[in-house]
Amino acid sequence: MEIRPIISALMRSKVALVLIGLQIALTLAIVCNALFIINQRIETMNRPSGMNESDTFTIGSNGFGDGFSTKNTFVEDLALIRSLPGVRDATPTNTLPMTNGGWSEGVFMAPGQKVSTTITAIYFMDEHGIDTFGLNLIAGRNFKPEEITVRDRGSVDWPPGVIITKALADKLYPGQDAVGKSVYLDYDKPAQTILGIVDRLIVPWPEGFSFNGDHSVVENSVLVPQMTAYGNSTRYLIRTEPGRRDELMKTVEAKLAESNHGRIVRGVKSVEKVRSECYANDRAMMIILGTVIFCLLTITALGIVGMASFWVTQRTKQIGTRRALGATRASILRYFLAENFLITTGGLLLGAFLTYAFSLWLMAHAQEAKLLPWHYVPVGFVCLWALGQIAVLGPATRAARVPPAVATRSV
Amino acid sequence: MFSYYFQLGLRSLKRNPVLTALMVLGIALGIAASMTSLTLMHIMGSDPIPWKSERLHYVQLDNWDPNQPYDQEGNPPDQVSYKDAQALMEAAKADRQAAMFKVALPIQPENPEVKPFLSLGRATYGDFFAMFEPPFAYGGGWDHAQDAQHGRVVVLTKETNEKLFGGQDSVGRRVRMDGIDYSVVGVLAEWRPRIKFYDLTNGALAEPEEFFVPYTTIIEQKKQASGNNSCWNNTAPGWEGYLASECIWQQFWVQLDSPAKAADYKAFLDDYVNEQKKLGRFPRPLNNRLLDVNQWLQNQKVVPKDVQVQVGLSFAFLAVCLINTIGLLLAKFTRKSGEIGLRRALGASKPQLFAQHIIESSVIGISGGAFGLLLTFGGLVLVRVLYKDYANVAHLDWTMVATTVVLSTLAAVLAGLYPTWRACQIAPAAQLKTQ
Repeated sequence: MEIRPIISALMRSKVALVLIGLQIALTLAIVCNALFIINQRIETMNRPSGMNESDTFTIGSNGFGDGFSTKNTFVEDLALIRSLPGVRDATPTNTLPMTNGGWSEGVFMAPGQKVSTTITAIYFMDEHGIDTFGLNLIAGRNFKPEEITVRDRGSVDWPPGVIITKALADKLYPGQDAVGKSVYLDYDKPAQTILGIVDRLIVPWPEGFSFNGDHSVVENSVLVPQMTAYGNSTRYLIRTEPGRRDELMKTVEAKLAESNHGRIVRGVKSVEKVRSECYANDRAMMIILGTVIFCLLTITALGIVGMASFWVTQRTKQIGTRRALGATRASILRYFLAENFLITTGGLLLGAFLTYAFSLWLMAHAQEAKLLPWHYVPVGFVCLWALGQIAVLGPATRAARVPPAVATRSV
Repeated sequence: MFSYYFQLGLRSLKRNPVLTALMVLGIALGIAASMTSLTLMHIMGSDPIPWKSERLHYVQLDNWDPNQPYDQEGNPPDQVSYKDAQALMEAAKADRQAAMFKVALPIQPENPEVKPFLSLGRATYGDFFAMFEPPFAYGGGWDHAQDAQHGRVVVLTKETNEKLFGGQDSVGRRVRMDGIDYSVVGVLAEWRPRIKFYDLTNGALAEPEEFFVPYTTIIEQKKQASGNNSCWNNTAPGWEGYLASECIWQQFWVQLDSPAKAADYKAFLDDYVNEQKKLGRFPRPLNNRLLDVNQWLQNQKVVPKDVQVQVGLSFAFLAVCLINTIGLLLAKFTRKSGEIGLRRALGASKPQLFAQHIIESSVIGISGGAFGLLLTFGGLVLVRVLYKDYANVAHLDWTMVATTVVLSTLAAVLAGLYPTWRACQIAPAAQLKTQ
């Protein structure tokens, strides 16, 4: 296959060449960066929370007036919920993963330590918490019923024993068994003993939680054996037998409302719903970028078809001449495919630079963006080469069908 | 002449309907994508209270941890403590001032048919209404006397008044909230600032308040704020301990009617913090800020990163669409070179040919722009479906419609200019020879 005649033919329409090349370059830059963003979102959305999400839901209540006792309400509600058929377990809690609302604390290793070692989310729960959340206790033990205390408004003390996640244990005591060791949720107060370690439980803010720029703290959680009885609000997590969640969401809501008229029962939500709301913006971004990629590839492909068709029409006479001089149909077809390949390659080489320029722009505008990994570029090359060849196939086939007799006609 | 060229243009476009459709669709998609994202950015970033944004200032005092700054960029905390809010309210050095925080209270309606519900509101001072100027349908705000005596008064929003009193003038009626009766002094008309600029900490796109009550009354009843609360050190136990702590959980706004007053107020803040330093508070270096509304919106990065990325991507997409159209138009005009050569030979001047072809490309550009505007509406509907929080900001305003028209005309001219110029360069003789 002779490349030189193709190049010299192309050099006669430089402007069209530059336009198509530029279009392909920009397409590569946009598609690579958009795909990278989509993949990052998929990674974020697929992060396991560490808890059972399919059979769990949350419900809360807000009492009003002076007659409302939050402590009693906790005790009565939990007894009621746990007695319902189909409920596997229930726990009081302050928040859940992915709700974007909760309590965070600095973690210290020694009394008087002024700067925290890392930070953590705080989950208040009772001895039913681990089973209700569906956490995997990998070391140590669960809370005992007598360890559960009530946290009053303005309380500034922490209980003597806590359970922490493996991620936090590894950060505080790397390579050691953290069970039985100490951690300080407050450097001025007595230490907390680590009673147990759970495999994983992410913080309520999976996308916004960082410690001095370190995002690995997303799995730092401390389980505290307390019920938060201040203000007038209570919140529970309920785990049902598999498949009975939706039915029990209604039952529990009705029963709680019935049991005490001095309050508002609110916020009934399955954990699956919590997850989908948490990542709604990521999903939106993925849909928008996906649409952009689709439109872009369509436009570029149609643009190539348009330009190639035009070139075929313009060169009908030359094609006829070549055919008359003995060129086969296959060699005409090959000519147009090779021409497209050359143009695309030129555009892609320019596009590789544009892709990284774009990636740098993204990094400057979105603090958390990372530089595009290199393998996106070759993948993009292959895709756009394929796109170009497919797009040009139609016009090239038409060119191959030009009869040699055309050469003899005057127009 | 114009109508003749216009007809020629239409005829030429009709000759290749697929190609024409492709060019129009390309411009339309590019315009729609860039205008949709630009609208989001424009509305989120635009001044929410243009007539007085320069006079409203947000107070920031750095009462944070001596061992670590509040954030990595060196900003002072984004809220103030109860102690400082009280000191600044008492000093009353600004033209108007209002401390405020978010509060959730159960409302127990008199009407037994309406079930009690939890309602989100704002505890603030009477000056809030004069500062942020929400429109009133009935009554008005409360005065300084009510602030001083912990008045049990409430201002309802339109929606809450609908729910509780069927939208009637409810001034003087009672609303029972968490077991206490408040008397309605005012009802707002529809008020939905696109960006909830007076409390960015608890969500720039958060739902608007359902009621406003005096700050002093809520503090008296020891109701904890329901917004963000951050503490860097230990608090003493109990409610009094919490109020005396360095925990930050309130917003503090001042109205300063001239730049000189703003400078004086900044000096006053510095003096205040220096005084407090003598008492052992404010261990960090002096770092007070007094940003106006727009500076505050910028500092808090109200426009989400995703929207900025979308704007960048969509303009690159528009560039691809334009290049695509330029290429196709160029091909089309080159194909017509025989016809152009003939017209030149018959006496048409270059400017005439230029006019003819720029009209043809403008037809494409303008139809692309018009179609693009329609698609932009569709795009914004899609955005509202995808992002629930954006319901309030994903709307075209007149500025954006005008921008769309300008952008698409510009796009059309840009796309048509070079191919047209090229078409006019054709030498008549060369084209006629081959015929």
